[in-house]
Amino acid sequence: MNIETTRRSFLGGVGAIGAAMVIGIRPNGQFAVAAESADTVINPFVRIMPDGSVQVVIKHFEMGQGTTTGLATLVAEELDAAWDNVTTDFAPANTKLYMNLFMKAQGTGGSTAIANSFLQYRKAGAAARDLMVRAAAETWGVEPSSVSVSEGKITSGDKSAHFGEMAAKAITLEPAQDPKLKDPSQFKLIGKQKLARKDTPAKINGTATFALDVKIDGMVYAVVKRSPKFGGTVKSFDLSGAKKVKGFIDAKPLANKAGIAIFAKNTWAAISAREAIKAEWDFSKAETRSHDELVSYHRGLLDNPEKQAVKGGDLAKTTNALEGADQIVGGDFVFPFLAHAPMEPLNCVIEPTENGVRFHDGCQFPTVVQMVAASILNLDVKDVEINTVYAGGSFGRRATPVADYTAEAAMAFAALGGKTPVKLVWTREDDVHGGFYRPMAAHRARIGLKDGKLVGWDHRLAVKSILLDTSFASEEIKKSGIDPAAVEGVNDTHYDIPEFSVGVTAAETPVPVLWWRSVGHTHTAFVMESLVDMAASAAKADPVEFRLGLLGGDDKDRQRLAGVLKLAADKAGWGKPQEGRFQGVAVHKSFSTYVAEIAEISLKDGAVKVEKVTCAVDCGVPVNPDVIRAQMEGGIGYGLGAIMRNQITLTNGEVDQSNFPDYEPLRITDMPEVEVHIVPSSEPPTGVGEPGLPPIGPALANAIHAATGKRVLNLPMIADGIEFA
Amino acid sequence: MTVDVTINGRSVTVDAEPGTPLLWVLRDELNLTGTKFGCGVASCGACTVHVDGQPVRSCQTFIEDVAGAKVTTIEGLDSKAAAAVQKAWGELDVVQCGYCQSGQIMSAVGLLSSNPKPTDDDINSAMSGNVCRCATYVRIRAAIHRAAEIMEG
Repeated sequence: MNIETTRRSFLGGVGAIGAAMVIGIRPNGQFAVAAESADTVINPFVRIMPDGSVQVVIKHFEMGQGTTTGLATLVAEELDAAWDNVTTDFAPANTKLYMNLFMKAQGTGGSTAIANSFLQYRKAGAAARDLMVRAAAETWGVEPSSVSVSEGKITSGDKSAHFGEMAAKAITLEPAQDPKLKDPSQFKLIGKQKLARKDTPAKINGTATFALDVKIDGMVYAVVKRSPKFGGTVKSFDLSGAKKVKGFIDAKPLANKAGIAIFAKNTWAAISAREAIKAEWDFSKAETRSHDELVSYHRGLLDNPEKQAVKGGDLAKTTNALEGADQIVGGDFVFPFLAHAPMEPLNCVIEPTENGVRFHDGCQFPTVVQMVAASILNLDVKDVEINTVYAGGSFGRRATPVADYTAEAAMAFAALGGKTPVKLVWTREDDVHGGFYRPMAAHRARIGLKDGKLVGWDHRLAVKSILLDTSFASEEIKKSGIDPAAVEGVNDTHYDIPEFSVGVTAAETPVPVLWWRSVGHTHTAFVMESLVDMAASAAKADPVEFRLGLLGGDDKDRQRLAGVLKLAADKAGWGKPQEGRFQGVAVHKSFSTYVAEIAEISLKDGAVKVEKVTCAVDCGVPVNPDVIRAQMEGGIGYGLGAIMRNQITLTNGEVDQSNFPDYEPLRITDMPEVEVHIVPSSEPPTGVGEPGLPPIGPALANAIHAATGKRVLNLPMIADGIEFA
Repeated sequence: MTVDVTINGRSVTVDAEPGTPLLWVLRDELNLTGTKFGCGVASCGACTVHVDGQPVRSCQTFIEDVAGAKVTTIEGLDSKAAAAVQKAWGELDVVQCGYCQSGQIMSAVGLLSSNPKPTDDDINSAMSGNVCRCATYVRIRAAIHRAAEIMEG
């Protein structure tokens, strides 16, 4: 029997409910089972409660992408649990037990949650089911083959029991190491069109707990006054004004001198006291350039790109091929910095524990938070506990390789003496000013056609690397000097392009940059799909037909791209828009998922109204179709707002925008009708949190071209003269 | 300064500095954390509560301005419209991250309480002050129409 015993219980919060059975996969990949009362260390994904309900332990965080529902579906499917009798609980921080199998660290990102968990969570459910069956067979003295499980009920002949009644027996049995999984034809929950989200009830009555809602006895509230320019450090500050604010406690510089932590008895007093503090800053290493200078700098880097990002790509050969072309299309594209602006401004709570600290956080990268906080506070990693709570959005913002806001909280906590619980709160202004943006990017492309066919493609881009200077960069990436997050979506295109060269230069600026929902694809898909549209125009070809011509042959990626493209075109009535409407198309693969979108617009006195988006997605086995639809709707909306009108600009190094009025989010009045079509598939499931976003920008740009003849090259669109109704 | 106010049917006396936003009194002092902080400048609607039945942004409502008033937060919803809205939100699984949804629901309940059969234009006017960064707008619109159906019975 594979049970390791220890004094420590994994089920701290469950004790009050009573003995619960736990099943999961041990670090060595073998299944193990234990009762809470046996104090057994395993890797628990499944808890069987005494009342027969099932609690699924969720190793990923929930930022709205539907992971709690998705992972619970996988367990419930194989266990044959009753969906309404399944609850979820976030896993504690423990990299070894709860790692993302694709990242080798505990964390969520890259649209990997379902993909990396698909077999792991199904096996956990199947192993639990097998134990239940054998426990019932032994208890009732019947053959296991006579025992069936359905909707959380175990039956054999006239005998029946719920899971909780068999838990005590089940934990005495040897768990199967390789439990049999269902054939997809037996799926009842996976692929079901509508399965109620697990996080809905708490999120519609105000009871869902986000970090901002956490309150600890004796807790103080902190905000940080940060350098107005990126890379500045604090020289001195004057607290005389703050001392007049009722509820103000104290202010201390952070250990890294990047800011001053202001402590107060409530949030409003902290915010008010910060307003009253005057500070002097050292800007000697700070960004002091303005937007136009940064744009010129990025464009300048396009003249002589440093690295070739296509294997076997050769600029000289490409240039040569372009000389033989009879048509050249292309242009320079510029993308601004973008803030993520999740609805919940960044915040977390840190409190002392016996041997270390505990964070309450909508935590995206527990492994990173543990390592960074342990380093700041001089603790063992295991003594940094994390209580993961719902995250009010992220879009990548919470996934910083330096754990920026949890690090700030740790420094603030230490500055106050390390004994007082601290809630660190960012305001919306802090968020908009706070950096970790989608990097500014510039592209230049020249595409040659001869007799309407591509003959060469010279593509150059300049963008600050997100990855290269972080602990996330592999040795291979460091050696190549090419950040995959900078060129993804261009250098790995599946279009059939002869003489293809992609030159890239990593731009430098003290402005911190970060992955922003769909990362490099936020700009690369826009450029690629605009360029292909330009090429189709030059070739006087239909944009869908022209793309299909570049996606021929047996290549599986091309077939799946062509599949979603044809499906979207068919469902949207491509080429036959209703009177007064104009269509644009884009198709793109990102995070192993294939998405085509057709945007349909109208013009009102020259202003663009996005009327409808038809989306086709191929993400392998669709685990939760309604969550997939929601993520496509959300990705389209999130991308649309940014492409239409969002930008972070600098003047002498200081951010010009400060809050929603000048970083205007997409609103209900801007949201088009969205129709989502999911390709039936038996391929392994891939992610859906990000891939819905990349095609919407170019689909809209191509529709605008169809309506007006204008190509949008500078983002956001309002900065390129596009008006929206 | 002390202010007497009725919150979710309960009379409370609040001690706060003049100019303190109702939002922070609800959240930090009264532990009514269902009302959310999103922008602090009445631009996102996450902090929407009802004051004497009308949706208002609590981040721009000073505590002294609600003296003697009846404040309802998401925790205190109890009306036919509220039940219909929450049922519709559940049926359609509107939520994603969920952080804005208290405010969305408070605005939707405000709309349906005064206009039980809203058109798309009515929904636009009532809901355009509520931001959802997850862009759940397609479902918010559908859920308001569905709630209107539920109210009709």
